Amino acid sequence: MLLGQVVALVVLVLGTAALGVWWSARQGAVRAPRQAPAGIDWASAGVALADRVTFVQFSAEVCAACRSTSRVLGGLTGSSSGVGHRELLVDDHLDLVRSLGVLRTPTVLVVDGGGREVARMSGVVSDTQARQALNRVPTAAAEADGEGQS
Amino acid sequence: MSMNKGIDPRGPRVGASITAVLLAAVVLLGPSPAGLWLLTFIMLSFLLGTLRGAEGSWQGMLFKKFVRPRLGPPAEMEDRRPPRFAQGVGLFVTAVGVILGFFGVLPAVPIAAAVAFVAAALNAVVGLCLGCEMYLLLRRAGLVRA
Repeated sequence: MLLGQVVALVVLVLGTAALGVWWSARQGAVRAPRQAPAGIDWASAGVALADRVTFVQFSAEVCAACRSTSRVLGGLTGSSSGVGHRELLVDDHLDLVRSLGVLRTPTVLVVDGGGREVARMSGVVSDTQARQALNRVPTAAAEADGEGQS
Repeated sequence: MSMNKGIDPRGPRVGASITAVLLAAVVLLGPSPAGLWLLTFIMLSFLLGTLRGAEGSWQGMLFKKFVRPRLGPPAEMEDRRPPRFAQGVGLFVTAVGVILGFFGVLPAVPIAAAVAFVAAALNAVVGLCLGCEMYLLLRRAGLVRA
């Protein structure tokens, strides 16, 4: 009887550890864009896009991970031209959240100058991951690197 | 008092690690009256945390009194609502186990403890915040308001 409970606890701990590793690995990982049914009219959603690439971040007030992500992306836009960062509160943009299939905060859409989503990330985004996402837009990546070295 | 400034994010994580150890003990006790009583105690702790916020639970008090003085200041403060919401989720899960247990369905006790253990352990070890993960889903479903 007791042995069964010990085995149950071991299985539980191992399962939890596996779940934790999986969840941590997903944090901020650069993923392929989700196919949008039609082009999103960013202007009518009140999002002014930057020339080359814009990080459109969906945040919530209650989300602590959103703050650090916001700081990372904000720092990146400061060091590279043509790269923008717009933060939207999900509470104010529920329609957009639904049509874009955003399920958690923070979710960051990497949008090119034409308003097309080129990548997306969710969870805490690190500086490395943000730069990796920029690489999906070749010209913007070259620009960011050039600016970073000068 | 700490309403607007937020709380030290390490507080709920330390609290969750204490809770996870207690929940593991319930799993070890199995479908027994002792397990039921321990789960009832954990449920009441979650009730306190739901009413007063994670920082107002006894685990939060222990953190404030014994752990926080040994640490430097946190990098940033955290909104107190997600940890409090997580306390409510813990209350719900453990209450289901306790109620079924008192109605004689003792196997529900370690099962409920196991479910709560996963959430508490992930919060403690990798910082997964159930309240944060579920907020947008609940907003989309119209179950919570801003």
